[in-house]
Parts: sequence; structure tokens; C-alpha cells
Amino acid sequence: MSEAALETQGLSMSFGALRVANDIDFRLEPGARHALIGPNGAGKTTFVNLVTGALQPSAGRIMLAGHDITRLAQAQRVKRGLVRTFQITALFRGLSVLENVTLAVGERHGVGGDMLRPSGSRRAVIAEAYALLERLGIADEALRPVKELAYGRQRLVEIAVALGLDPKVLLLDEPAAGVPSAESGTIIEMIERLPTGIAVLIIEHDMDLVFRLARRITVMVQGAVLVEGPPQEIAADPRVRQVYLGEREPA
Amino acid sequence: MTAETATPLAAAAVIDAFSRRHRLHWAEAIPWVLMVGAYFVFPDYLALGAQVLATILFGLSLDLILGYAGIVTLGHAAFFGTGAYVAGLLAAHGWGEPITGLLVAALAAAAVGFVSGAVVLRTQGLTLLMLTLVVATMLYEAANKATPITGGADGLGGMDVWPVLGFRFDLFGKVAYWYCGAALFASWIVARNIVHSPFGRSLTGIRENERRMHAIGSPVFWRRLAIYTIAAGMAGVAGALIAQTTAFVGLGVLSFDRSGAVLIMLILGGVGRLYGAFIGVPLYMILQDQFAEVDPVYWYFWIGLILVLVVVFAPGGAFGFADRLIRRLRRRAR
Repeated sequence: MSEAALETQGLSMSFGALRVANDIDFRLEPGARHALIGPNGAGKTTFVNLVTGALQPSAGRIMLAGHDITRLAQAQRVKRGLVRTFQITALFRGLSVLENVTLAVGERHGVGGDMLRPSGSRRAVIAEAYALLERLGIADEALRPVKELAYGRQRLVEIAVALGLDPKVLLLDEPAAGVPSAESGTIIEMIERLPTGIAVLIIEHDMDLVFRLARRITVMVQGAVLVEGPPQEIAADPRVRQVYLGEREPA
Repeated sequence: MTAETATPLAAAAVIDAFSRRHRLHWAEAIPWVLMVGAYFVFPDYLALGAQVLATILFGLSLDLILGYAGIVTLGHAAFFGTGAYVAGLLAAHGWGEPITGLLVAALAAAAVGFVSGAVVLRTQGLTLLMLTLVVATMLYEAANKATPITGGADGLGGMDVWPVLGFRFDLFGKVAYWYCGAALFASWIVARNIVHSPFGRSLTGIRENERRMHAIGSPVFWRRLAIYTIAAGMAGVAGALIAQTTAFVGLGVLSFDRSGAVLIMLILGGVGRLYGAFIGVPLYMILQDQFAEVDPVYWYFWIGLILVLVVVFAPGGAFGFADRLIRRLRRRAR
């Protein structure tokens, strides 16, 4: 069996009597396009927070490319290539688009703590950040504060910041959330064009997006994995239909 | 996609514009021109002027943590007071050389900042606010009880401050004025370099969105502790300047009043701009002087009223107000 890009074994977490993550075994293959779906409150975001280190699990292990990262701080996991985006856009709103990405690129190069030289003197870092903006088609707004951008474009900046960290595993938390459907096409295209070397896990509500992008789907319910498989199997699975019935239209 | 339409030329122009941000603007010379000018225009007020310059430095140090790192503190006087007492004790016990005194005071205050910061910066919001207050209050009470060392409520006297680089501190405050001005200028260069460095920008990132800074792999706690320590050292220099130029240290240097006043001064001037203290401190002192003349008992009430008006009608202080005024004028000119 080849080494997983990301793997969890028996991952569990409780808030008092409430089990928000229940013995989750999960595997993300190298280069995967994998979706994690489930009704509201299924524990998808908790899972992301556990994997990235924002929360500490009460039991279980998290492996990144074969290394145990369960006890590592959030920042150290990022340094090893485990990167996430946020469901609710989490950017530096008052700063320019270019600076948002420059901060991320600078941290990756280990110059984020430099006090001696002006940040503007690191042209290589800035040029790299700018090239990313070009790739995502938002270079024309490089010098505008993020808060002035349309929401759909802010979602692209959200992805640009993550890509600035050169991820090996990328967790996209509802990348198209809140974006009008006319614009969500750009975001889907963007995700489709991500390098195949990046293993991508998409946490999503939007079934169109999931079935268009994912080659494997995991369904979570009440903090546990209900079923996992390729899209056709998931779409046909009666248990999945049952879970989603009443919650939303079956996909 | 618009990616392909951006030419290399446009890219270079954008990157140039971005990397020029830290260059000096002519307006940044204004405070220093005023400082030199004031020496000649107000020769009778130089002693007061030295106090103003030292207090501006105190406000500048607060701006680094409040304006840039977004750490709200009610106990910044802890470091100011530490610097003042260390400089005072050195001068009272046989080492009156002012510049080394300043450096030792800075190190001591930075050490207090590092140790207390390592504890209080693990908390956030109201808890953090209260803990900064607690640290300052504890130091205040310690200085109050340690009468044999600090002189307690009577204050620390008997300081013998030696000449600075051969210039004896005079009654008119000429030497004190230049001494404080030089210290402020040097600290301003340090502060300006810091806020434009990647480290400084990452502090702004922490203020804007701490969660995202964690997510891009930034050691948020250490960054905050680093700037807290630096700002504490700078506040220590300010305290030491006041101690050395007045040859006296009273308990007031550690008081809540001192922490609160510098916060108000900075808010009046404008937070997170590096120059807020340069306007806020003189503004506060003028207001205080005017109000105390009209209403010697309740002048603090009027300061409070002004503060409320600023927060409600001119958020961003004097600088924020000027910003909006300029923007409006430009729009009208168009």
C-alpha cells in the first residue's frame, strides 16, 4: 500500500458528553481530488480543525506523508505542507491583495520574522506572490485592499494565500460558499487547474461542485464516517439519500 | 481569465509600487523640523519640551503593540516605571552616566516585558486587558512597599546624573531637550524599520486576522511576545529619560493614570500610524493645560468628554480626521 498524503487513525474528540469526532479513519491519497460532505453539524469543520491543529484530538493519530503530526503545532504542520482555506473568508482585509499573498510566501521562505530589512526589499518574495495572482487572474487588483474586492474574487485571494504556502495537502473549506453561481464557475475552474502534485480535500455543501471535482467522496454524519466511495456509488447509496432527505434536495 | 492580458511591464510597475512603500515621505520630516524649531521659538519651555519628547516616545512604544500588533493594554506604565526606577537607582547609587543608564533601563524594562508578556499574551480580550493592569498594579504596590529602596510614596531622590557626552544638564533644560530628542529620534528609526519589515507586516497581519496568521504558519505567540518586549524596552527608555532629566522618580511613573493617559494621548492622535503620539501627546498636554486653567478641579472630565467625542465623531484621532478631510477636499477638487 502506498503512503497516504494525509491519514487519520481513530481520530476522536468530545466536548463533554458530545462526541464531535468519532473514531474517524480517513485516507487522502497523493494527488487526490477528494470531497468531504455531510449535513450541517456532521463535524466536517471540526475534522478540518483537528487535522490542521486548531483543535487537539482526545484520541487518535494524524499522519502527514507517513509522519505523525498529531502533537505538532499548527504552524509546524503548515511548514510541512498541510494548508487550509476558510469557509468564511479569513483574509487581512485592510491589506492589499498582493500583501495578503506576500505574507504567506514570506512565511514559507522563513523570512516572516525578519526585523532588519524592509519587506519591500524582498523582490523575489513579492514577484512570486504576484505570479500567483496572475495565475489566478486577480493580478489587476494586486494593490487594492481585499475588503474592496467582490466576494467571488476574495474567494480567489483565499486560495491564492493558501497556494503561496506551496501546499502538499490542501484543505478547501467550502471554497464557493456565498459566491453567486455565475462566479462559482471561475472557482471550480481554478480548482480543476491545481497542480496534480497537490492532494486536495474539498469540504463542500454544493453538490454540483462536489460531483464535478471529486473522484472520491466521504460522507460524514454525526461526527463519524458514514460511507466512502467514488461519486456514482455515493449518489446511488440509499443511506446517503436518507441522510440528505429533508435536509436538502438529493443531488 | 485576465491573467494572460497582464504584461510583464505592468507586473514590474506593480511590484515596484509595492516595494517602494517603505521609502521616506517628505511629510515625515515635519515632526523633526518642528522639534528643532521649537527649541528656538520657545526657549523658556525647554524643560517641559523635554518631558513632551519623552512622553511621545512612551506613546510611540504603545503604538507598536496597540496599533500594529493589536494588543490592548492598560498597564504600559509598568515598563515606563521600571525604566524610570532602574535609571533612578543607578544614578542614586553612584552610576550617573546617562546613556549607559538608559540602556540598562531599557534592558530591565524589556526583561519585565518578556517575562510578563510570556504569561499575559497567552490570554486574549478582556482577560488580557485585566492582566496587563494587574502586572502594572503589582509593580506599583511593590515600589510602594519597598520604601528603603524606592523611597515609597516620598519618591526616589538623591540622584546624581552626570553630564551627557560632556554636556551638563542645565536648569533651562537645553541639554535635556536635545538628549530626549536624540533618544526619540533613534527610537523612531528603530520603530519605523520594524513596522516596515516583514516582522512588522506580520504583526499587522495578526491584528487583521490572527486565525489566518496561524494558518499561514506564523508563530503568532512569539511574534507578539517579541514586539511586546521591544515596546517594553522602548517605554523603559522613556521612563529613564524622565527620571534622568528631572532627577526624581515618584510612584506616579507606575500608576494606572500613567497607563491610561498614554492610551488617551495615542487615541487622540491616531493609532497604528507611528505618528499618532507625535500629535496626540502635545494635544493632550495643551488640552490639559487649558482645561486645568478654566476648571482646576474637574479638568479630567473635559478630557474624557473630548475622548468620547473623538471616538464617536473622529475615529482614528487627529490623523483619521485629517485623512477624511483631505479625501473630501480632493473629491471636491475633481
